[in-house]
Amino acid sequence: MSNEHIVKSFAQELQRLSNLITQMGGVAEAQVEAAVQALVRRDTAIAAQVIQSDLRIDTYEREIDNETLRLLALRQPMASDLREIVSALKIASDIERIGDYAANIAKRSLALAQLPAVRPAGAIPRMGRLVQEIMKEVLDAFIERDVDKAVAARRRDEELDDLYTSLFREVLTYMMEDPRNITPCTHLLFIAKNLERIGDHATNIAETIHFLVIGHPLTTERPKGDESSFTVVTPQPELQG
Amino acid sequence: MTAHTQTMAGIAVRPQAGTLTGTVPKMDARGVKVYYGAKQALKGIDLEIPERQVTALIGPSGCGKSTFLRCLNRMNDTIDIARIEGLITLDGQDIYDREIDPVQLRARVGMVFQKPNPFPKSIYDNISYGPRIHGLASRREEMDEIVTKSLQRAGLWNEVKDRLKEPGTGLSGGQQQRLCIARAIAVSPEVILMDEPCSALDPIATAHIEELIDELRENYTIVIVTHNMQQAARVSQRTAFFHLGEMVEVGDTEEIFTTPRDERTQGYITGRYG
Repeated sequence: MSNEHIVKSFAQELQRLSNLITQMGGVAEAQVEAAVQALVRRDTAIAAQVIQSDLRIDTYEREIDNETLRLLALRQPMASDLREIVSALKIASDIERIGDYAANIAKRSLALAQLPAVRPAGAIPRMGRLVQEIMKEVLDAFIERDVDKAVAARRRDEELDDLYTSLFREVLTYMMEDPRNITPCTHLLFIAKNLERIGDHATNIAETIHFLVIGHPLTTERPKGDESSFTVVTPQPELQG
Repeated sequence: MTAHTQTMAGIAVRPQAGTLTGTVPKMDARGVKVYYGAKQALKGIDLEIPERQVTALIGPSGCGKSTFLRCLNRMNDTIDIARIEGLITLDGQDIYDREIDPVQLRARVGMVFQKPNPFPKSIYDNISYGPRIHGLASRREEMDEIVTKSLQRAGLWNEVKDRLKEPGTGLSGGQQQRLCIARAIAVSPEVILMDEPCSALDPIATAHIEELIDELRENYTIVIVTHNMQQAARVSQRTAFFHLGEMVEVGDTEEIFTTPRDERTQGYITGRYG
């Protein structure tokens, strides 16, 4: 059985929707990369660029929303077509959040650029690289409709959570050492949290790809490594007073 | 509890396509083959019709879904060249058994056709005809009650209660179809077969029929043939997909329309080349 729609315009519209997601994902991926660069290089021009470009992602999301609504109303999609359209809606919303986090990282990097550098910033590029790798794998999995790739990418989120937990501890320690570290370290903490959240949204996309291709949700529990919510770091006695 | 297949009265319960675990089907078809002369229209259909549910039969023209529907109340008996093999049961009883009177069977398994076909008689007589020949009412009041109840159940009562003496053919298409459904209900059937009941109706009349089908399934088992995929999705709990005389796939309607297992089903419902 050929996989082509009898109504060619429907097939073209579905392809267009898929292309929009791919493009939107590409922009978000670049935004995350640029935001981390802005932070590491203390480059305010790049940061400003990232903040500005977030509008592009929002525009994509609106376009995808309109397109899915139109397809639902006019085509009454069924089975794989229906999953395609519902998935597009969900993925677009995840990518939009990723874009917001990237913009927030850029904003905080502007603040950090005005403050003296703090050491825990070193762990951020590692988190950034990992996030970008996961995003790239997830978007490739979407383009190729490759469930195995999506599931593998989803599993890597655990590494990201581990990095976040260790950075959380490190940052708290720095703040206790010197109150002047509190401002930059708080920004760093939020930046790390943003990266960790981007990983979570990439994970959501991987799960949506599973639903899109297989037809039912991914039921296995995702490995969770983020233990920062339970982390307690108490000041050492010699540092007090 | 042992791990192997449970048996009932020594007969192994075979798990197979169309089997619903845990419920006894109202009607059950096993290996149903139909030939029109030399041409084979159905190639061995296994399908269970669960009680008090709507089962939709979908598939391209000529796939055998209407032929199958007509087997369920022996309408194919009226076609001389039609030959039927296999087993169809109603409450466990073979409906092609010599003991079974097809007229009595059709009172238990009623039918509504594609084009509304009221008798050229009054609205009242359209409904009372069946109960009269089946001897379901002995007094005028009893018959009045059957007519009233049937029209009420078919959602037509309020529209026709003051004109029961007028000819049924004077009603609108949608009203005529509901009259035919009322006529089918009047003989207290257990199963109602519907062959494209809405294909000649506008969207509003269609909505009335669909609402009616939804209400009727509280008391009746319904099998509906439809070309309208959205209609099958809206009204049925089970959907069976027919293709080239075979039953390709049967399952919960929700599943068939979101995640069909067979590629042919997927191709048909999404409008891809078959």
